[in-house]
Amino acid sequence: MDPVLLLDVILLLLAVTTAITAMAIRDLLGSVMLMGIYGLLMAVIWADLFAMDVSFTEASVGAGAATILLLSALTRTGTRERTGGDHHLPALVVVLITGSVLIHGTSQMPAFGDPQAPAHIHVAPHYLSQDIGKVSQKSSDGATRRDFGDHVPNTVTAVLTAYRGYDTMFETVVIFSAGVCLVLLLRPRSPLRREQADE
Amino acid sequence: MNIDGHLIAALLVLIGAILSMIRAAAGPTSYDRVLAVNVFGTKAVMLLAIIGFIGDRSGFLDIAILYGLVNFIATVALLRFVETKRLT
Repeated sequence: MDPVLLLDVILLLLAVTTAITAMAIRDLLGSVMLMGIYGLLMAVIWADLFAMDVSFTEASVGAGAATILLLSALTRTGTRERTGGDHHLPALVVVLITGSVLIHGTSQMPAFGDPQAPAHIHVAPHYLSQDIGKVSQKSSDGATRRDFGDHVPNTVTAVLTAYRGYDTMFETVVIFSAGVCLVLLLRPRSPLRREQADE
Repeated sequence: MNIDGHLIAALLVLIGAILSMIRAAAGPTSYDRVLAVNVFGTKAVMLLAIIGFIGDRSGFLDIAILYGLVNFIATVALLRFVETKRLT
């Protein structure tokens, strides 16, 4: 059996168990710690899937920053969850309907690796035929060299090279607005507001 | 044979991770939980290194080092919160 596959199965089962435990536990501090474990687990899973960049992000944000942010939220609230919360039935119905619609949607997707899939016949040929990386150079021995041997290493590189600018710009917008929200939520309360709260 | 040895090592580390996770879920005091989270982070670092050896990729060791650092920061923040109920 493929060892990576076996590890993936065990790690995913562990992640599900951790998530359920983190929800079920009443001590919110323990819940935060279990969420930290969950972040580390997800990062290991991403690494196991050879998604290095996602793994880096998950480790630093999911396991490190999210834990500290949840803790700073706990400094504003109590560390015990109120017991006896009743279950919200309409929410369960909505979640079940949404989930079944999503699962129904995946059943209509083309088979994995299907060459006739829309993703492969719509814009992919255009990306593959782009002129990126085809820079001719004269090397010292007089022969004409072309970067990357006349083509970019793979399709992802072609897309990224051409469209990286938009990607980065809106990533920056998202991160900036998230930072503004955090500053607004976690800023120290002014003395005036604190007096009003005490009264 | 070589890969089998790595797989056995990974499974043993996973058993240790599961045990520390049980402690984190059950642990009566906060200190049990902090210790369990720290131990789990160490297990994750080792697991990453082993997965790197299975897949024969050296980049995993860099991520393992990052995990160690993040784990340390999270542990310090948790302990500070347990001690003073504040982060600053």
